[in-house]
Amino acid sequence: MSVFKSLVNTTSEEFLKNSRSLTDLVADLREKSAKICLGGDERSRAKHIERGKLLPRERLRQLLDVGSPFLELSQFAAYKVYGDDEVPAAGIITGIGRVMGQECMIFVNDATVKGGTYYPLTVKKHIRAQEIAEANHLPCICLVDSGGVFLPRQEEVFPDRDHFGRIFYNQANMSGRGIPQIAAVMGSCTAGGAYMPAMSDESIIVRKQGTIFLGGPPLVKAATGEVVNAEDLGGADVHCRTSGVTDHYAMDDAHALAIARRLVGNLNRRKDVKLAVREPIEPLYNQEEIYGVIPNDTRKPYDVREVIARIVDGTEFDEFKQLYGTTLVCCFAHIWGYPVGIIANNGILFSESALKGAHFVQLCSQRGIPLIFLQNITGFMVGSKYESGGIAKDGAKLVTAVACAKVPKFTIIIGGSFGAGNYGMCGRAYSPRFLWIWPNARVSVMGGEQAASVLAQVKRDGMEARGESWSKEDEETFKQPIRDQYEHQGHPYYASARLWDDGIIDPADTRMVLGLGLSATLNAPIEKTEFGVFRM
Amino acid sequence: MFNKILIANRSEIACRVIRTAKRLGIRTVAVYSDADASALHVALADEAYHIGPSPARESYLRPELILDVAKRSGAQAVHPGYGFLSENAEFAEACAAATIVFIGPPTNAIRAMGSKSAAKQIMEDAVVPLVPGYHGDNQAPDFLRDTAGRIGYPVLIKASAGGGGKGMRVVWEGATFEESLASAKREALSGFGDDRVLLEKYLTKPRHVEIQVFADTHGNALHLFERDCSIQRRHQKVLEEAPAPGMTPELRAKMGAAAVAAARAIGYVGAGTVEFLLDQDGSFYFMEMNTRLQVEHPVTEMITGQDLVEWQLRVASGEPLPCRQDELTISGHAIEARIYAEDPARDFFPSIGTLSHLRTPSESTHVRIDTGVRQGDEVSINYDPMIAKLIVWDTDRAGALRRLQQALAEYQVVGVTTNTSFLGAVAAHPAFAEANLDTGFIERNREGLFPEVQPASDKILALACLDVLLRRDAEAKKYAAFTTDLYSPWHLTHGWRPNSDNHHVLYFIDGDATTTVTALYRKSCFLLELPGGQVVARGEIDETGNLLADLDGMRMTATVVRHGAELNIMSASVTHCLTLFDPSAQTAEREGEGGCLTAPMPGKIIAVMTEAGAQVKRGMPLLIMEAMKMEHTITAPADGMVATVNYTVGAVVNDGAELLSLIPEETA
Repeated sequence: MSVFKSLVNTTSEEFLKNSRSLTDLVADLREKSAKICLGGDERSRAKHIERGKLLPRERLRQLLDVGSPFLELSQFAAYKVYGDDEVPAAGIITGIGRVMGQECMIFVNDATVKGGTYYPLTVKKHIRAQEIAEANHLPCICLVDSGGVFLPRQEEVFPDRDHFGRIFYNQANMSGRGIPQIAAVMGSCTAGGAYMPAMSDESIIVRKQGTIFLGGPPLVKAATGEVVNAEDLGGADVHCRTSGVTDHYAMDDAHALAIARRLVGNLNRRKDVKLAVREPIEPLYNQEEIYGVIPNDTRKPYDVREVIARIVDGTEFDEFKQLYGTTLVCCFAHIWGYPVGIIANNGILFSESALKGAHFVQLCSQRGIPLIFLQNITGFMVGSKYESGGIAKDGAKLVTAVACAKVPKFTIIIGGSFGAGNYGMCGRAYSPRFLWIWPNARVSVMGGEQAASVLAQVKRDGMEARGESWSKEDEETFKQPIRDQYEHQGHPYYASARLWDDGIIDPADTRMVLGLGLSATLNAPIEKTEFGVFRM
Repeated sequence: MFNKILIANRSEIACRVIRTAKRLGIRTVAVYSDADASALHVALADEAYHIGPSPARESYLRPELILDVAKRSGAQAVHPGYGFLSENAEFAEACAAATIVFIGPPTNAIRAMGSKSAAKQIMEDAVVPLVPGYHGDNQAPDFLRDTAGRIGYPVLIKASAGGGGKGMRVVWEGATFEESLASAKREALSGFGDDRVLLEKYLTKPRHVEIQVFADTHGNALHLFERDCSIQRRHQKVLEEAPAPGMTPELRAKMGAAAVAAARAIGYVGAGTVEFLLDQDGSFYFMEMNTRLQVEHPVTEMITGQDLVEWQLRVASGEPLPCRQDELTISGHAIEARIYAEDPARDFFPSIGTLSHLRTPSESTHVRIDTGVRQGDEVSINYDPMIAKLIVWDTDRAGALRRLQQALAEYQVVGVTTNTSFLGAVAAHPAFAEANLDTGFIERNREGLFPEVQPASDKILALACLDVLLRRDAEAKKYAAFTTDLYSPWHLTHGWRPNSDNHHVLYFIDGDATTTVTALYRKSCFLLELPGGQVVARGEIDETGNLLADLDGMRMTATVVRHGAELNIMSASVTHCLTLFDPSAQTAEREGEGGCLTAPMPGKIIAVMTEAGAQVKRGMPLLIMEAMKMEHTITAPADGMVATVNYTVGAVVNDGAELLSLIPEETA
């Protein structure tokens, strides 16, 4: 493979300026993330500990193999979504971690956040993690400590297809596909929540902590007049000795986690990696240099190869059609030893770039090589020359190829993600196995400036047709709120809060995140791709 | 010279004899008990014969078994080593009767020196100085008191038939003599059925200085200078050195001549040691003669350049002594330290176990190790728990002492408790450096030699953490090799998290206390939160298993040996033992405890072994029921108290009936 020679001057004024700017964004990201990781407020956390329970992240740490990485998903879920109601991480921690040497999808309810109840985005986050588990054949371990549906928002949580009930539908179907489902009840598990352990292949319950019942003591009293306490109604003794709802009796949290580990140890699974892996080599350039490579003005062009050079093994990659459709870089490389095909924007998409991309996706699908999309795209080229050249059908070819490709796909939004470019570059709707976003990125149907201009142009045309006039100042006053709205809604925090991605990552962590993600996807065999009709 | 000899001993000394025999081209025959089947001396010998069960009295102390092997193997001579049969006159006689050479003195010499009082009589006749005293039959208290006054106080009263301190009294002045005599006699009578006592001058600060002698069958006798064995605990030698510090050529000549005279007096042949007490004023007194090769013979070899085992073999085969007295010279200074599996903190109680880790300093002209064990060997209750003798040599005493300290620090033993730190403390003691030696040294300097156990220092804790974390990494790498996903970043153990830090908490039990260390994962290092503050730690474990650590930029090498959950951290001269504690593993031990105990199926109660209010231990049988023609024992699932027993013997119970209830002890 060819080694790329970086042309970036790491001591230039511009590099340092860029670097400072992105460093600040990463610092802000880490700061917010640290706050989110605390979970609920101090009082709820203290109360939780007082009850003899471990905090969610402590439970997670004890469940995982010591020192195991944890590829946490959607830390920013529900960030500033519910007004004054702060729901850090949407009240649930999800992510992939190692248990007994196996990558598992872990779900940890955070009872210090609204009693672990399910907000709409809690459900979305839970189901997204299940989707990842299902696509990648990852055993699911659920540490349950939840009051069930957040009742005031029941209409956004209960009735629809991808609402609360879908969790159990997924459990049943994953179990059916041989993807193990394990639950440890470490707190309450009420009403619908009771199905979490009940739908699991094996379940654990903690003595004097865990309770499972369809109706809690107040509901029972109201319904039948029976007076019973929670422990007698649905505690560990009832469910391990009498009802059989749970299989394993734990003395405390730590014990429950030890049992959960043991259960995973008995799964009899073996990952079978069929890729031609080779020994990984670190990139020749420091990954933190990405900070200086990315211009702090998003409209400024730069060579995306400088980013690839800081992600791939040994800074080595072989380009495909280097001289054709040059606004799209397609190359073969290795990340953490795994062969990958990378498709990265290096300017606006033209017909040639779309054709080149479609061809490259076919190559990778044919060869079973995972695909990585580095999105920084304002869109496809517009204008009569291009429309008549059939850019729509060439774009459609790329979209078809991307949509149908069954090899693991990974998308990272490293800059702008606008319009149909988002589709062609495997946006959320194209089901990449994982989609991550950098803190400097923006996602919207088009850029804020374009949107403002388009809307202003439409308005101006209308006014002028009516013979009215529109001053430059008035136009500016009209455009500014549109720009602000796009800036606000296109921001990664806004996007990630709504689960449009699987998390905001530090650009310097890209290689690690991709490595972990690649390895995780290899738990599932790579399916054969069948492409749809390519419009010729 | 012999063609083949049998070594009627084990461990260190057997190996020592085999080494010389091999060098001389003599074939060797080893004997071994059950416990020693895979011992080093068996492996080193040309032939080895099993002679019986592990207890020495059923194997190594059985003359007939050993002679039988000698005959079967065609050995021409038997080397008895030290201990066991080495000073057993009957064995020596039995050898002679079987026309097998006993490599040792003539039988009558053994017998003569075997009895302490008889030996003293012989020595007195040979004008070898004896401790002034009275060994006669007159037991009249007045007479004894007068005699004591003549000898001069302090005086020691000893039971004639005694030993081991029983019936022994030190009398400091005449006023208390009668009282002490009476109690000594009472003790002697009850202890040995004989209340006769003897009197001896009590030396307040005596040194134990012994002379190595050698005699052949051609009438030659000489000495190989002295050894100072003053550092003792309860008559057990701890450190031995040669030459004796402060020894003058005149005194050496005098003591040497006396020792040779003693040997000649009993017609001695072979290697022997004449032990003297050396008083502060330079007077010396005969104590006893050991008619064998001494444990501490290597220090003599180191300063004379002679091989005493070779001498023994030559003399026993009838050759004359290899050299004359005037051909022997002293070169440099040697010290021997006896490394024992024992716990100095617990009154030197023997420590038994498996030597799970054993690493010795490398041997050189300066360092010699005489040992009979290897890593993995067992130190059992059957034999003396000596692991090795560490002998150092240098051109002067200060140099030898430096080397001793260095070598002791490098001596690593895990699996049993050893006295190496204690030996190190003695070697490092200023009084030892000043050669202020006498047999009361250890007792007098107790405080400095048995320092209170200190809690682990931050450095030790940091090394322990680093080792735990690095080994985890190594284990993960090993695991990785068994997967089809060889290079997956999931094999990493640095606890990566997106956008946030991660840490790991390690719990160490250190003596009675538990110490917690938080290790924060950082890029290619760990930030350790130790009791004394934060330390940036990084390092690697090299191919020999050594930990190369960097703590805040300070580089050091340590060895951390795992023995179960025990971590033995050895760095510089410090050895510390910590136990790694996993709190989550604790509860995991206990499964399904507590609550009520129900009948697993319908049946009849046939026995009730407990009652309400009884304290029970986990696993204790509580009740037996018969069902489906089988007996089912209901056992306590946890420690706790029986609250109620709901049925009596003969009762027929239904499936699921609560038989008894148990209140488990609350878990902390």
